[in-house]
Amino acid sequence: MKLIYYPGCTLKNQARNFDVSTISSMAKLDVEVEELARWNCCGTVHALGSDNIMNRVAPVTNLIRVKEAQASEFMTTCAMCYNTLKRANIDVKKRPDALATINEFLYQEETKYQGDVDVLHLLEFLRDRIGFDKLAEKVKKPLAGLRVACYYGCLLARPKEVAFDDVENPTIMEDLITALGATPVQFPLKTECCGAYHTVDKPEIIAERTDKIMGSAHEEQADLVVVSCPLCAFNLDFRQDDARRLNPDFYHLPVLYFTQLMALAFGCDDTALRFDLHHIDPRPTLAGRGLA
Amino acid sequence: MNTTLHISSPRFGGTFVAKIEQVSGQKLLACYQCGKCSAGCPMAAHMDVLPNRIIRMAQLGMEKQLLATRAIWICVSCMTCNSRCPKDIRIAEVIEALRQTVLGTVNRDDQLKIQALSPEAIGALPPIALISALRKQTS
Repeated sequence: MKLIYYPGCTLKNQARNFDVSTISSMAKLDVEVEELARWNCCGTVHALGSDNIMNRVAPVTNLIRVKEAQASEFMTTCAMCYNTLKRANIDVKKRPDALATINEFLYQEETKYQGDVDVLHLLEFLRDRIGFDKLAEKVKKPLAGLRVACYYGCLLARPKEVAFDDVENPTIMEDLITALGATPVQFPLKTECCGAYHTVDKPEIIAERTDKIMGSAHEEQADLVVVSCPLCAFNLDFRQDDARRLNPDFYHLPVLYFTQLMALAFGCDDTALRFDLHHIDPRPTLAGRGLA
Repeated sequence: MNTTLHISSPRFGGTFVAKIEQVSGQKLLACYQCGKCSAGCPMAAHMDVLPNRIIRMAQLGMEKQLLATRAIWICVSCMTCNSRCPKDIRIAEVIEALRQTVLGTVNRDDQLKIQALSPEAIGALPPIALISALRKQTS
């Protein structure tokens, strides 16, 4: 099986561990991942104003690139890219006048976008096209005993038009983690916002959010937290020192991408895991469970 | 004792209210102040004016006061309010329309001063953080 893959900017920078673990684990599932040729910025946050057509140009250009690759669908793993691309796609499908304006603006493109591409997130691809039962058959190293808190944040769960699971209590990541042999924990703050871009100039907000969210995972005796968003990962992992300054009882926990746990369970090597890119090193925790 | 409160304002239903309704695509008067948006807002603790009050002030056309709040810049469009509103009002869209009003004015009052950050701080940030912050807070 072949699948067009849109990585997004951060997977080529700070989140290279998300990129390599996605490609390696998909290979173990016999899915050939082909990076979208000439992809550009997803748009990075959906513009909410009805009059803001300009910010739909970046996502629509990517949808044109998918058509140029002779495909009618593509997959992304970054929750921000997924959310922005999917919402822009829904929006232009509903508003032919806005789409006509964008196509006119992109007059140098030979291919016109006509609302004929589907945006998939890797999690829904795994559930609906591979199946978690089939995925479980590929597990070489079951993650037995590992207690995992699955964090969805905002972008996988909201708005409901882009969600591929329950808005208030999604469980798709828990189902995946269970297939890998790990134990998902209850996590009441799984869809609470991490503070997102306030990390740039309001780190005190992120410290408060990280303290609350990671504290909730720790209360449920999680060994680690898994995410699907490089911005959530940065805030919940790299801002833990700020959370510790805010709350001396803050307990450090590693934050991993769900694809890293897949790659680990499928027996991929260190080059597919890149645990060296984390702020809180997950290796001691994994070693404690006999997994590293 | 029955008390009737009469609200009369020349701003009510004025051009500001019409503009916010048009850009956000929302009917402001649908809000009956249940407060669910503020109850679930993860940023409420950092706001000077809570989301349900933002909607009330928008209904009443309180342009000057609204555009000066810190709250409209604290909202990160996480959509929790939108998904829980019993009247299907997209509060996040209303707040975005308020931000756009500030950023689209002649002064273009950018809220993020990237020059104020050190090169080290910028270098440590992932692109996803910088781009989204600039998209939301600058003209």
